[in-house]
Amino acid sequence: MSNSTDPSAAGAPRRPAYWNPYAIGAGLGILSWIVFAVVNQPLGISTSLSAVSSSCAVPFLGSEGVAANAYWKKTPLKLDYGTLFLVGTFLGALVAALLSRSFRLETVPAVWAERFGAGSGVSRAIVAFLGGALVMYGARLAGGCTSGHGISGSLQLAVSSWVFFLTLFGAGLVTARLVFGPTRS
Amino acid sequence: MQFPISGPAALWLAVLFGFVFGALLQRGGVVDYNKIVSQFRFRDFTVLKIMLTAIVVGGIGVFTLHGFEAAQYHIKPANLLAVGLGGLVFGVGMVLYGYCPGTGIAACATGSVHGLIGFLGMLAGGVIYALTFGWTEQHLQKVAALGKVRLPDLTGVPDWIWFVALAVLALAVFSWIERIERARALAASVPRR
Repeated sequence: MSNSTDPSAAGAPRRPAYWNPYAIGAGLGILSWIVFAVVNQPLGISTSLSAVSSSCAVPFLGSEGVAANAYWKKTPLKLDYGTLFLVGTFLGALVAALLSRSFRLETVPAVWAERFGAGSGVSRAIVAFLGGALVMYGARLAGGCTSGHGISGSLQLAVSSWVFFLTLFGAGLVTARLVFGPTRS
Repeated sequence: MQFPISGPAALWLAVLFGFVFGALLQRGGVVDYNKIVSQFRFRDFTVLKIMLTAIVVGGIGVFTLHGFEAAQYHIKPANLLAVGLGGLVFGVGMVLYGYCPGTGIAACATGSVHGLIGFLGMLAGGVIYALTFGWTEQHLQKVAALGKVRLPDLTGVPDWIWFVALAVLALAVFSWIERIERARALAASVPRR
């Protein structure tokens, strides 16, 4: 079982046909030409998402507490370009999933199930929450995520973005090995 | 029409560009937890193929636009300690969550329940960051801060050499990946031990 050849297919009831990844990458590259030229914005997700998080802090801190926070003062939540880009990202993925009939409710993904069992929905949820928190904290500490640094920053040859890309990849390799064990090819 | 577009029209374009972005992520399969985690285990190479192609194609185009003064750079400051630590925390989180912020949002839209739970985690992470912002700003962001610097500035090697080198590197990585994938497909077609 653990030696099965293709883990992404192992135990997976679905195998949706995706587009060629090189074509997708080229599409993202061309999208960044257009976005840079037409609206003078880089591609980015995490800046606006952290602004959205300020609304979650209102119940704990009160709206005065949020308004007084130095970080949210710098990036307040408003219906601006970045926030609407997030809305668009959600809608685009939704429509693409519906049109390609690949919308599926998933609580325990196949690779997780292979390692921790199909009934590990609770541990998957806890780890997803913790992982999400780390992702966002790391993105804000670094000043960007896989979009803002990884694609948009790297393509501008920004030093910060290449440092981010390489450290993220290295940490990801080590974490994957610790969580899932060594890969046999 | 005057470029760049700003004001209300730009807000509609934000939804449009975001829509294309989200659709490309879904059609590329990177809304799939399995594909992202498998990249970090070198069992699937979709993420690397997409990102390297996007960087090379996007980079050459934006560099050209910049040469014609049709695009401006948006360089994030190279605060090396904060960026390096952030990258490490992000990398750990990305494997645990199985998504990054963009693919996480897109995954929520395609039915990933654990993606949605991790999305709430991302919001919590944003809150924690805002609460610790004063401290990180004072103690981390100012260490080894090189400013908004690009690789050509830092090294003196001109842009076009960087892009040629990146393109060659990407092609080398792609041919290596394709060779591995062919070998694995062959092994999979042979009856198992």
